[in-house]
Amino acid sequence: MRKRKIESSVAEKRKTALTSLENFGTKLYDQMEEGLFPWIKMPSRSIENIFYSQEVRQYILGDKAVRRSSRNIRHIRPLTQLVWAARFAHELAQSRKTSTLRDVYYSAQAYDMSFKNQPESNNIITDLETVAGLSREDFNVFPEERSAIFGDLTIGYTVPGYEGRQLNLASHPDGMMIGPALTSAEFLKTSAKMVIAIEKGGLFTRFIEEQVYRKFNALLVLTAGQSPRATRHFIRRLNGELGLPVHIFTDGDPWGMHIAMVIISGSANAAHLRELTTPDATWSGMWATDIVNYKLPSDPLTSIDIKRLHELQRDPRYRGKLWQREVKKFLKIRKKSEQEAFSRYGLTYIVDKYLPAKLKEAAS
Amino acid sequence: MAQTFEEISAADFFYRNRDIAGFTNPARAIFSSMRELIENALDASDLFNVSPDIYIRLSQENETELGEVAVYTLRVEDNGSGIPPRHIPSAFGQVLFGSKYKLKQARGTFGLGGTMAVLYGQITTHKPVYVTSSTGTSKIYRYKLMIDIQRNRPLILDRKIQINKEKWHGTTVEFCLEGDYFRAMPKILEYLKQTALVTPYANITFTDPKGRLYKFTRATTKMPTPPKETLPHPYGVDVEIIQRLTRITPYRNMLDFMKMHFHRVGENTANRFLEFAGISERKNPKKLKPHEIVKLVRMMKRFNGFLPPDAGCLSPLGEELLKAGILKELRPEFVAVFQRKPSTYSGHPFIVETAIAYGGNVPKKDDIPLYRFANRIPLLYDEASDVSVRVIRSINWRRYRVSSETPIIILVHVCSTKVPYKTVGKEFIADRPEVKREILNGIREVARQLQRFLTKQEHVEKERRRLSVFSKYLPKIARFSMELAGKEKPPNIKKLLRTVRKLEKEKD
Repeated sequence: MRKRKIESSVAEKRKTALTSLENFGTKLYDQMEEGLFPWIKMPSRSIENIFYSQEVRQYILGDKAVRRSSRNIRHIRPLTQLVWAARFAHELAQSRKTSTLRDVYYSAQAYDMSFKNQPESNNIITDLETVAGLSREDFNVFPEERSAIFGDLTIGYTVPGYEGRQLNLASHPDGMMIGPALTSAEFLKTSAKMVIAIEKGGLFTRFIEEQVYRKFNALLVLTAGQSPRATRHFIRRLNGELGLPVHIFTDGDPWGMHIAMVIISGSANAAHLRELTTPDATWSGMWATDIVNYKLPSDPLTSIDIKRLHELQRDPRYRGKLWQREVKKFLKIRKKSEQEAFSRYGLTYIVDKYLPAKLKEAAS
Repeated sequence: MAQTFEEISAADFFYRNRDIAGFTNPARAIFSSMRELIENALDASDLFNVSPDIYIRLSQENETELGEVAVYTLRVEDNGSGIPPRHIPSAFGQVLFGSKYKLKQARGTFGLGGTMAVLYGQITTHKPVYVTSSTGTSKIYRYKLMIDIQRNRPLILDRKIQINKEKWHGTTVEFCLEGDYFRAMPKILEYLKQTALVTPYANITFTDPKGRLYKFTRATTKMPTPPKETLPHPYGVDVEIIQRLTRITPYRNMLDFMKMHFHRVGENTANRFLEFAGISERKNPKKLKPHEIVKLVRMMKRFNGFLPPDAGCLSPLGEELLKAGILKELRPEFVAVFQRKPSTYSGHPFIVETAIAYGGNVPKKDDIPLYRFANRIPLLYDEASDVSVRVIRSINWRRYRVSSETPIIILVHVCSTKVPYKTVGKEFIADRPEVKREILNGIREVARQLQRFLTKQEHVEKERRRLSVFSKYLPKIARFSMELAGKEKPPNIKKLLRTVRKLEKEKD
């Protein structure tokens, strides 16, 4: 096992989040002290203001900004909700408790700050992300967890009550849930040389059973469909902090393709956020080409699949050669295939034959 | 077989046709009797220019079994001018005798009402009427009268003279009649309420047969300007009037005749008219032949050089008093009143006054309730036939922000030397285009005022909500940002809240 001096971003991140929220409060406080109606300015998240940046290889917000002033009767309520959310997030971050979006919705009611509905409260949290330039996980607001990790990585907890405790992520054969505690953990040591992200739970389990992590020296990450932001950020850390290359395996269809793309280049919905992408990650399969080359069992593409492919073809994130090639190929063969399709060649084929070939292909 | 022809007296005529004067049934009769006497009482006070104190007492005389008609004693007392003693018997014992034949606005117009009530009492109970009156001299006269219906003459049964130490003036009338108070009660109470509304300077007290006391207290002592007597306008006369004038005129030529007997006819107008009519200025009016009289009347209607009648003979309530009356009786949140300029129809001057009462104690109704008044008396029957109802229905109320949910009452007062009633019962106003137009414009005017009020009220309500939003959220922003910033005390937002209030005031 290789030991590595690992630089943690966790503690720093928490501090940044707290400072950012405090500064936000101070700004409004000072405005009021000066006899001004408190107001804020933040980048607009409207569709016209979302651009793809080749430079940072993700969607970013343009120069358009919205001003929200308490002098405006239509703004004062959302602004108050925003300040409340900031204060709530600050309290969470400070006491190092976590919360969910649903929780936020209900907590507001304790302050006579009721939200009309869940989307309204979600929207305010997104506003807060935009204002603070941090993602909600940084304020300890987490979505429902479903993704997991397995492999030789020792982490050190930072959550209250577990400080200093360590855990090797290979200790449980079902994998470890990527939840708040793991997200905020520090990476201590690892022998892994790569990260393999997998779309589906079945394959994730198969890979553990087949000891892929050992054979390939890999950390296995289950995205469980479209990966949550916390997981995307976690993959980025694995890539950035540990210097591990990331390979993504998804179903061979436009949707699987896009799961890989969101890990690599992010989504338009998160254009106001950074550090959720892993631009150097690679999509290793299943490609449309694989369906042909490996003669995999397949289903015909539906009209929705085809429509989606045409959308992806025009998507700025899909400008790369590989992406364009595969989109075209899908449209040509009009077929799609699931990861489980490899079982046709026996349960271990995917690990014994396909995976080595694909990883080799990626390395070349 | 020989047919018998007989001449009938005016009293006999009304005895036979009492339906047309509003004495159809016991309920209606008791309502009409009270109404006629109250109106006479109010007219007497107006005439004397004294704030009226009217006292009405209705008491039941007999115990009634089911299906039996009740007999009541009605007593109406006023503090008005009183009746000169020699006129008392005729005033109450002779139909079509009255002081109201000259041209000026008064509540009654037919000289019929009071006597009709007495006549009705007499034919149902065969009891006399007691009239006590004084014009404020040293004597009070008390008469006991009956009507000789066939001859239309008063029968004086008794006459007493008392010393009037306190210089009392006024009239008290007391007589018995059949009636049905309990069926008439809603209308009677409504009548009293509306009368109190349109006579806000009067005290009206009523004790009903059960001993219940209804008191309507005056809200002001200011009275409307009393009407002046006026000559007939040439547009409003008929052949009969001219004939009577030619009989009594002291003038020897047509020029003077025109100048002296008609309203707003001067030397010039008279000259031009006579030339237009082809009648010599020097002709002696007494020598006008019947066909010439007919021609004269026809020419009068055709000549368009007469000045419109002057409204000095009218006595509208006035916006101030109308408003006082509405505020007193309806207690609305908002009231708009409007007096139209005088206008004429067929030579009769008239003035329309309109009002809208909104909110407060005004209830929500599906239909817009309408209070109709003519010469300051409430009209309670036959509403559906009234011109005002048609006018209200023709208006698009949504334009004035009035919906079926809006609690409003509309008031229309028409005053004229000759209110265009459709019937002798004086219950509804006929559909005269001139009158209709004035009513329409009057209602539109108050509706516009209401609309402005509602718009403003909506605005104020919006501002109030606005302010409440600010006062709800600003302190929260202050508190949360204080906590975030880690400060000890909240920022000073009083100034900001003051600014919000100021913004609100600027907009008002």
